[in-house]
Amino acid sequence: MIELFQQYGLAYLYSDGAGVSGVAMTLWLFIISVLFGFFLSIPLAIARVSEHAWLRWPVEVYTYLFRGTPLYIQLLICYTGLYSLEVVQDNALLNQFFRNALNCTLLAFVLNTCAYTVEIFAGAIRNIPHGEIEAARAYGLHGWRLNLFVVVPAALRRALPAYSNEMILMLHATSLAFTATVADILKVARDANAETFLTFQAFGIAALLYMLLSFALVGLFRLAERRWMRFLVPTRG
Amino acid sequence: MNQSAQALATYPVETPAAPIAKAATAAVKLQVEGIHKRYGEHEVLKGVSLNARNGDVISLIGASGSGKSTMLRCINFLEQPDAGVITLDGISIEMRQGRAGTRAPHQAQLQNLRTRLAMVFQHFNLWSHMTVLENITMAPRRVLGVSAAEAERRARLYLDKVGLPGRVADQYPAFLSGGQQQRVAIARALAMEPEIILFDEPTSALDPELVGEVLKVIQTLAEEGRTMLMVTHEMGFARQVSSQVLFLHQGRVEEQGGAEILDHPNSERLQQFLSNRLK
Repeated sequence: MIELFQQYGLAYLYSDGAGVSGVAMTLWLFIISVLFGFFLSIPLAIARVSEHAWLRWPVEVYTYLFRGTPLYIQLLICYTGLYSLEVVQDNALLNQFFRNALNCTLLAFVLNTCAYTVEIFAGAIRNIPHGEIEAARAYGLHGWRLNLFVVVPAALRRALPAYSNEMILMLHATSLAFTATVADILKVARDANAETFLTFQAFGIAALLYMLLSFALVGLFRLAERRWMRFLVPTRG
Repeated sequence: MNQSAQALATYPVETPAAPIAKAATAAVKLQVEGIHKRYGEHEVLKGVSLNARNGDVISLIGASGSGKSTMLRCINFLEQPDAGVITLDGISIEMRQGRAGTRAPHQAQLQNLRTRLAMVFQHFNLWSHMTVLENITMAPRRVLGVSAAEAERRARLYLDKVGLPGRVADQYPAFLSGGQQQRVAIARALAMEPEIILFDEPTSALDPELVGEVLKVIQTLAEEGRTMLMVTHEMGFARQVSSQVLFLHQGRVEEQGGAEILDHPNSERLQQFLSNRLK
């Protein structure tokens, strides 16, 4: 395993000579997906619990579609399916975007994690005690101020445990990127395996790297929960 | 923006014995006329009216289900009244036809009204994810546009006023006792420097031994000449601080008058209501 790592270590970590690869690529996929997913999901989650059906319904359809189909199929549709459409090929901008494997992969990942995150945040919004929203209204907060200053901060804190779970699942889901020729950790492992036939070692190193990243993530969330969930104490009496 | 200070200047601190005489000479501050409210088939309020003058302390009493909390909540439109007019300083809130035939108040007027009437809830309704300080500074900063420094100055002033030590400022509500939480809620209301404070059964959710500390704070506010509307089950307290008492029964005002009606009720219903309670 050590010889294999000496040979492919650089590729496993950040560069395979042709470009960014391994841990660096996996992290890039992960960070971009959850970052876009996070910021998109907040307004969508607010729409998801809106009293207006015309705001609620489109979001419900979106999350239903993306949570109802496997990520791999979503990736295939983004990577190969869309580009086979003439509309996409004929439009210069779309053509350029969908010719890049990394773009397609990121698009699929963002749409997927966003759908799950919307449901997590929407659930957290529904879990805010009704009286707290009522108090905010009684004190003159309404519209975007109500959401920005009371609803969103209250919901995000309550959503932390479920959201950290989604982040870890998403980190692991990035390993599908190799199917779209993106040089993430798993792609490097497969290349190493193909060239050396040291199957156990090649995939073992990949597993260890994913595990280290997961542990780091869990640690970060534990810090975040200690900082932002202090307000919750076990209910007394 | 310091209406309560003006109110204080016009109506200086007086002894609690004098509120009725004082209120009678003051201008009408808040006029509530003919409030109707129904939930489906059930009509909760059947035309309730009240007038609050500057410095008035009005207690709404009655059995549970009599509509007294609904009445209070209609005044700042946490419940939409089906009919009725609410007038603050001579300006009536305009009602507009909303969706599906419901009546909705004019948005800008409603927001203005809500910044001038502060509410204290039965279950405190503090924002649990914010510290005490953040709870008190939130609305002054984000609704009134007061600077962070001024909001914090107010928060510390009013925390002191409700008798809480400065160190609770950085604590979360869940770590405080019910009585402390309700006093924080009162400080939150005071920090808006409101013209009228609405109390919705402020001591009903408290353990008996914590009721006193909250009532003491409310009494201090009454003695300062603040205008307050209070839904309460504390008859002894209502007798002590009220300039007006409204007794609601099945959605109507059955009897109203000064605090003396609690000692000498005219209607049979109020007699019954008072004798059914442990005093």
